[in-house]
Amino acid sequence: MRTQFGAELTLPVSEERDHIQGPAAAPVTLLEYGDYECPYCGAAYPIVKQVQAQMGDGLRFVFRNFPISTSHPHAEQAAEAAEAAAAQGRFWEMHDHLYEHQQHLEAGDLHTYAEELGLDVERFDRELAEHVHAARVRDDFMSGVRSGVNGTPTFYINGTRHDGPHDLDSLLAALERAGP
Amino acid sequence: MHGQEQKSTALAPGSTAPEFTLPATPDQSVSLSEFRGRPVILAFYPEDWSPVCSDQLALYQELLPEFQRFDAELLGISVDGVWCHLAFAKDRNLHFPLLADFEPKGEVSRAYEAYRSSDGTSERALFVIDSDGVVRWSYVSPVGINPGADGILRALEEMR
Repeated sequence: MRTQFGAELTLPVSEERDHIQGPAAAPVTLLEYGDYECPYCGAAYPIVKQVQAQMGDGLRFVFRNFPISTSHPHAEQAAEAAEAAAAQGRFWEMHDHLYEHQQHLEAGDLHTYAEELGLDVERFDRELAEHVHAARVRDDFMSGVRSGVNGTPTFYINGTRHDGPHDLDSLLAALERAGP
Repeated sequence: MHGQEQKSTALAPGSTAPEFTLPATPDQSVSLSEFRGRPVILAFYPEDWSPVCSDQLALYQELLPEFQRFDAELLGISVDGVWCHLAFAKDRNLHFPLLADFEPKGEVSRAYEAYRSSDGTSERALFVIDSDGVVRWSYVSPVGINPGADGILRALEEMR
């Protein structure tokens, strides 16, 4: 039983459950497990944007939460904030806003971002206070653990963990190899 | 970078886990036999403070509630001394024992076939030991790669 476990995505991408950009029929799916306070995820954020711009409809991008609170005390709260925005149909705006303001993830900051995005702030604040979205964040986290996520960001390309570097050229090359 | 040779095995499943007593703090020691009757996860890692170790142990800290569901005890082990471990655990918010395989250096790591003589550190090796003290799963990761936790969880599940 000295098995070396392959790093495959154990929770398949779901159009209903997941936060997705790009067409369902895209030949390549890039999935990221990320932490909003993690500097490496912050560095990957504009790279993913560039990859999306270059590949257009050829790429579907999925984001799941993987907050490592032990290292990043604001990460859990930020993840729940993104999910609270998702509950109002505004996940990606909040996602982008959080990565563009990684150094400012205090409760007051999150409240301000919800206002800036024009969310129902009362509902947003209440859902954060009651940790309404904590279970979803934990489900994302555990799905990552069971898929072999070992740090953030961890990327999967068409369901297989991408173990190489994730600078723009490397990531693009790997995505193109996975394509048709 | 560390030495090139890559060891891919450690003490195999089915082996009796070698008993040890190692310091966890300047005035406290931990023995493997204290945990008889419960599963034990041993996480050997090369060094406090090195980037991969820190991510790996932060992930395990995050997963303590999952390990507790199996009543499993998690023990980290490296050749660093207790004061180094204390500072590291405090800085990184780690709330599980880090044992010092410091004197004689690496003795326990060697007993588990998880010592890298070329670097003078432990391998990045994981062991899941059952409630009778038998190794049920072991895994050696390339030193620079964080092995994650899915293997540990699967081993704990299979022991149920």
